[in-house]
Amino acid sequence: MILRIQEPREPRPADDEPIGGIVPVVVSPEASSVRNFLINKGSPEGADSFFSTLMLLCALSIFAIVALIAVELVIHSRLTLSKFGLKFFFGSAWDPVNDNFGALPFVYGTLVSSMVALVIAVPLAVGVAVFLTEMCPKVLRGIFSFLTELLAAIPSVVYGLWAIYVLVPLLRNYVDPLLIRALGWTGLFVKPDFGIGMFAAGVILAIMILPIISSLTREVMSAVPHTQREAVLALGATRWEMIRMGVLRNARIGIVGSIILGLGRALGETMAVAMVIGSSPTISKSLLAPAATMASVIANEFAEAADDTYRSALIEIGLALFLVTIVVNIFARLLVWAVTRGAPARVT
Amino acid sequence: MDQPRASTANRYWRWFANHLASGLAVLATILVIVPLVAIFIDLVYKGASSLNVNFFTKIPAPVGETGGGMANSIVGSAVLLGLASLLGIPVGIAAGIYLSEYGRGTKLSNVVRFTADVLNGVPSIVMGIAIYALLVAPMKGFSALAGGAVLGIMMVPTVARTTEEMMLMVPHSIREAALGLGVPAWRAVVSIALRTALPGVITGCMLAFARVAGETAPLLFTAFGNQFWSMSLTQPISALPLQIYVYALSPYDEWHRLAWAGSLVLIALIVISVSLVRYVTTRGVLKGAN
Amino acid sequence: MGVGIEVNNLNAWYGANHTLQDITLHVPSNEATALIGPSGCGKSTFVRCLNRMHETNPIAKVTGEVKVGGMDIYHETSAVEVRRRIGMVFQRPNPFPTMSIYDNVASGLRLNGYRNRRVLNEVVERSLKSAALWDEVKDDLKKKSGASLSGGQQQRLCIARALAVDPEVLLMDEPASALDPVSTAKIEDLIFQLKVQYTIVIVTHNMQQAARVAERTGFFLNGKLIEFDSTHKIFTNPSDKRTEDYITGRFG
Repeated sequence: MILRIQEPREPRPADDEPIGGIVPVVVSPEASSVRNFLINKGSPEGADSFFSTLMLLCALSIFAIVALIAVELVIHSRLTLSKFGLKFFFGSAWDPVNDNFGALPFVYGTLVSSMVALVIAVPLAVGVAVFLTEMCPKVLRGIFSFLTELLAAIPSVVYGLWAIYVLVPLLRNYVDPLLIRALGWTGLFVKPDFGIGMFAAGVILAIMILPIISSLTREVMSAVPHTQREAVLALGATRWEMIRMGVLRNARIGIVGSIILGLGRALGETMAVAMVIGSSPTISKSLLAPAATMASVIANEFAEAADDTYRSALIEIGLALFLVTIVVNIFARLLVWAVTRGAPARVT
Repeated sequence: MDQPRASTANRYWRWFANHLASGLAVLATILVIVPLVAIFIDLVYKGASSLNVNFFTKIPAPVGETGGGMANSIVGSAVLLGLASLLGIPVGIAAGIYLSEYGRGTKLSNVVRFTADVLNGVPSIVMGIAIYALLVAPMKGFSALAGGAVLGIMMVPTVARTTEEMMLMVPHSIREAALGLGVPAWRAVVSIALRTALPGVITGCMLAFARVAGETAPLLFTAFGNQFWSMSLTQPISALPLQIYVYALSPYDEWHRLAWAGSLVLIALIVISVSLVRYVTTRGVLKGAN
Repeated sequence: MGVGIEVNNLNAWYGANHTLQDITLHVPSNEATALIGPSGCGKSTFVRCLNRMHETNPIAKVTGEVKVGGMDIYHETSAVEVRRRIGMVFQRPNPFPTMSIYDNVASGLRLNGYRNRRVLNEVVERSLKSAALWDEVKDDLKKKSGASLSGGQQQRLCIARALAVDPEVLLMDEPASALDPVSTAKIEDLIFQLKVQYTIVIVTHNMQQAARVAERTGFFLNGKLIEFDSTHKIFTNPSDKRTEDYITGRFG
């Protein structure tokens, strides 16, 4: 005997009473009707392949949407594409009356307003991210991240409304005079100052892109494995040194990625910027002067653009905006993906 | 051999730097959180003080008169969002189902997902131009259809991504159980997997809905806006964010009041959807998720 | 009544991994057949080849012949149709979480389009009785969700669900390994009763369990079928030394 086993159990003697409440199954006519039904059902291959094809087509629709946008933009800007060529983006005269279109003021406005926004937002966003990831008690973390998500979801037009009636007076009455006095010598902050202008647009943009940069930075920082932090601490580092060498250094690619994503958002922001930038197609050195961005000029002038060339010029600006934001977004997402090794969370 | 001792000056400097950095981080947080919360409170306060029954039932009063409302804009937004959902939700959910059930791990689905994320970053005004060219120009007029179309295509990438995420959370054992019973593959996806993930999928749709509800730029030259009652699909139609934009730039205090009230309505919608999404995903209300 | 299963030269791969090599055996009808072997020996893969669940994995591949009741399940019919005639109970209970107990049991029929209310009620009651779960849940059939039961009850619910479609064969992949001893004993009792009407193939880690419930036992090792014989012979006088080593606990 190799293995001490119980003998296989005998089936228990049939009783009137079912053992343990189990009713022996008796084949009834209903049972075979069910079995026949199922056998006659046949193969669902037709329905299955129809369904999977349908799902595939809907997934491909995302490509179709991108293609649609690109195609329409190119087709409807061909008038000015052929008339001005690349000089379109270097000409500084925007003169719809005389059919002379140069988009440089808007390119300038987009770049400068975005730069101002980044200069203000990045240090603050990274600071908030550092605080929330490394220093904040766990209880508060949930509240702060909820707040951040809320603020990222507020519509642009609402930010714009607030900017016109709260931010701009604030800037005009308190902040701008200070800046003029302290930094007027640089030529960046000189009178006349009406509150609206490039600087106001930069500030509201900064407020709008802050949540994105901060939450992505937090995500990237959290993706740094704890072993890195522990290794640095074990060498006797202070907390700031641990953050600097153990976390930020490892996460810096991802942080750059989130900054660029924020930039991408700032480049395309339309309504809030249109409401406070002054809508003036001019280039000035002073940040307190009114200006315009690529997105704001389309928003302000498209509905009234009467003739085809005018519309074509605006659509060409839209095409440039499309291409630039796509490139910036692709680049940024590749960076963030490289660090977090997975699909980044939905960024609204 | 003696280890070189760190000089005391060096130690003090490191201690100082540590505290300075901590202080700056806290300062940054305060500088950010306080104004952002202040904005929120400001919006709620200014909006609430302007909200009354008239707001929801009347159309704008003639200039100079009080007592008007934004009823036509609310109805207009409802029409546009209804059209958008009709287009965006089914296509988006189907795309999400493809990503999680049929294309999981394939190169194609990775590219689709990436493209959806990139599409989310395209400025909405650019999408407005594309739909203008596609629908408004040939139809020779602004219309609710065009507005619904542009909002609809904006919903597709968002809904697809959230649907995919929610479907991925359904445990594989549930799908296996369905297949093991001899249920056709498509039925297993729809009646078992999708049904299990449904609370999450629905809240994802709500999030996309709330996001496009606040969009103004793409409507500027598709729906265009309308001062009067209109529910016709081939005529320009009003929308809440559009009207807020017009009123904000106007010189009349009465219209500013309406703009604040409208903003509060939009924000309420946002807060509800974001809170719902949080509740569903973090509390694991998704039944069956381990 | 149950049917017999004939397997000839079955080979299975997961990608490049040759998981099953040249398996040939005959599962008798209306008996319980146990499959034993150390972790990773391929017994679960084998069972999943019997109802074509193995191929739900995109990198899976199968060659060879499997005949259930005389019908070649790989070449004469579709996977979905096979699974309607061969039921499966998995290692971890997996009732559908959004459905009530009633809906869970009826799901195999409902999701295939069956509508007759009266018959559905009867089938649900009979299946739950066959699975020895009826008395415990008969008052809450439509009120309680499938996921609210205990582990042992959930597994019996899954058995009832599998039985509701009236299969001819029931495959059980370590059905009691996630359960407590009392539930395990209940399930083993069930197998005794079910043998009368169905052919049962049970994969188990537990050699005592195989000895208790099965008439025939197959020993798998590294993807090969080493020995397949009556349970009594396998456990008292195995022909192959490797079987003897496994039985006596020298490895695995």
